[in-house]
Order: sequence, then structure tokens, then C-alpha cells
Amino acid sequence: MARRFAPSVNAGSMADIAFLLLIFFLVTTTIQTDYGISRKLPPLIDIPPEGRIKEKNLFRVEINQLNELLVEGAKMEISALKEAAIAFLDNGGGSEDLTCSYCQGEGDIKSSDNPDNAVISLSNSRETNYATYIAVQNELVAAYTQLRNREARRMYGISFVEMEENLKNPRYQRDWHVLKERIKKIQSMYPEKLSEAVPKHQY
Amino acid sequence: MTTFKTKKNNRLPEISTASLPDIVFMLLFFFMVATVMRKDVLLIENELPYANQVEKLDKKDLVMNIYAGTPSSRYKLGSEARIQLNDKFANISDIKSFVLEERKLRIEALRPFLITSLKVDKNTKMGLVGDIKQELRAVNALKIPACRTGRYYTTKVGEAMDNLN
Repeated sequence: MARRFAPSVNAGSMADIAFLLLIFFLVTTTIQTDYGISRKLPPLIDIPPEGRIKEKNLFRVEINQLNELLVEGAKMEISALKEAAIAFLDNGGGSEDLTCSYCQGEGDIKSSDNPDNAVISLSNSRETNYATYIAVQNELVAAYTQLRNREARRMYGISFVEMEENLKNPRYQRDWHVLKERIKKIQSMYPEKLSEAVPKHQY
Repeated sequence: MTTFKTKKNNRLPEISTASLPDIVFMLLFFFMVATVMRKDVLLIENELPYANQVEKLDKKDLVMNIYAGTPSSRYKLGSEARIQLNDKFANISDIKSFVLEERKLRIEALRPFLITSLKVDKNTKMGLVGDIKQELRAVNALKIPACRTGRYYTTKVGEAMDNLN
């Protein structure tokens, strides 16, 4: 009786199976990068800078428990907040040594003296929705970015956002230190003074 | 003279594809190993709000994540928003030890640049977020230089107005 060998299994389709798996993994795995709004944590005990802030230099933004936005005590739509914040920051109502030479605002003496003194105070209730809070944060950051962009374009012919992107780009060829100095200069023209007070009065 | 007359094969020999599976498997294993799957298994609902004034959080080894949101329905823990650290639910008081623990995992040189990323569900109330912030401030107040770090509200990229719908 002749010995029978088991017939060899054709391995030709093995490659197909492996390819199928490979493509599955290639498609399903997303190398996700996170995006976020960057904020610095304030110190535990708030020390108001240089004594007290004048009322006119303070821009009170409040979100109440019903997710309504109150700006200086008056109700406002979130879509209008950016313009209001820009008007406040860019007001330049100061005189003498508080004059702001680059501001293009109305120069109302009842509003902020200059961007360096202007402080935006954001407060919220414990019942405020997180999404609303982020929307408000986003609009306030957008106000600063828009003003910085404007000044950067005026002074260096390039927007502030592009300058920051160039700074991060390792292939950026031109003078890195000059760019860094310029970014610092623009930042100091419109410093982000956004205070997030811990809600004092509870609703 | 020649006793063995070999049949001359004039056709080119076929290229063996037997090693093709090996090559593909190698690639497959590379991708399986190299791709990082989501690090933490989420126990909570975590739909992030939208924003457009965002920065990229590309240095992943510097980021520590704090999640918050309502527990997923399968855990039957009610609808009160909870904090998740690593793979389990946590209390506000656990944040301090979590931050210090995460700090220890990093090499010395990276510690001053740690970033806390808050991944909070969009339907969470600010009360909880405020408590987290307060706790993080308390960690900062410990005067450990390594903890004086930035904080990110991690969001999806989109128009801020989308949040209100």
C-alpha cells in the first residue's frame, strides 16, 4: 500500500489575507492629535496687579445659570461678544502717559485707558454649561487674536497667527530670534489679561 | 558521452511569491505595534465642545488627561457628572495625587513642561470644572516648579456657535 502524503495547502492566498488585515489596520487607526484652547492657571490667591483696577478698565463678562451672557450687567448674544470685547480693549481712552498710540477705538473716556490696563473678568455660575463657557472663552481669545493680527499686519506685514506658525515650523529659514522678539512685542501690545475669578456669589 | 540528457528548460523560472506573506505580515505587525490606540478606556460620555481659537497639542508625552462627564449608561451610576483619571472614576481629591504621580512618570527634563488637558463633556456643568481648576491651582500652590504648567481645554475644531445648538 502506497503511503499517502497530505496534499500541501496552497499558501498563495495568505498574502491576500495579510493584505486585508493590513489595510484594515491602516484605515481604522487614526493617529489623533488633540486641539485645545490654552489657558494659564491663575495662582491660588489672586493678587490684583498694582492695587485696584479702575472700574472703567474692567470688562465684566458673566455667564449665569441659564447660560445667558451678561456683559457689564446687560444681556448680550455670544455672537456679539467678540466685537464688544474688541471695542473695549482697543478703546484707548487714556490721556498723558496712559495714551495708546496704536489703538483704533473710539477713545471713550468711560472705557479702558489702554490695552495694557484693560482686564477682562470672566465669571460663571456653577450651573453654567461647559459648552457655553468654552464658546465665551473662544470669543474672548478671538478678540485678542484679531487685534494682534491687525497690529502684526500693520507693523510687519504678516498676521500674528502666521508668525506663531512660523515660529513652530522647524524648516523656517529666516532669523528666528527676530521673529521671537516680534511676537513678544505684539503680545505686549495686547497682553491677554483674562482673569477667571472663582464665583463668589452663588446662585 | 552524456548519459543524462537533461531537458533544457527555456522558460524563465517563475518568481516565487512565497515570501510575500512574510513581508506583508511584517508591515502588519509594524502598524499594529506602532499605532497607539486610545490610551484610556472611556467610562464617561465625552463629547468635546467646539472652538476655533485652538492650538495643536502635539507633544503627547507631555500631556496628562483629565476626563469629565456623565457616566456611560451601562455603568448605571446616574447622571451626575464624574471625573475619570486613567482608567477609573475618581473624586476631586484624587486629582492632586494623580498629577504628582503623572509627574513622576516623566523624565526630569520634561517635568516643567507638563500640560494638563481637560477633556470635559460639553453638557457638564461648570461647577465640576471649577472644582477641577481649583484643585489644579492647589497643586500649583505646592511650589513644585514642575507643576506650574499650562492647562488646555481640549476641544474639537469648529465654530464656537455650534456649541449652542
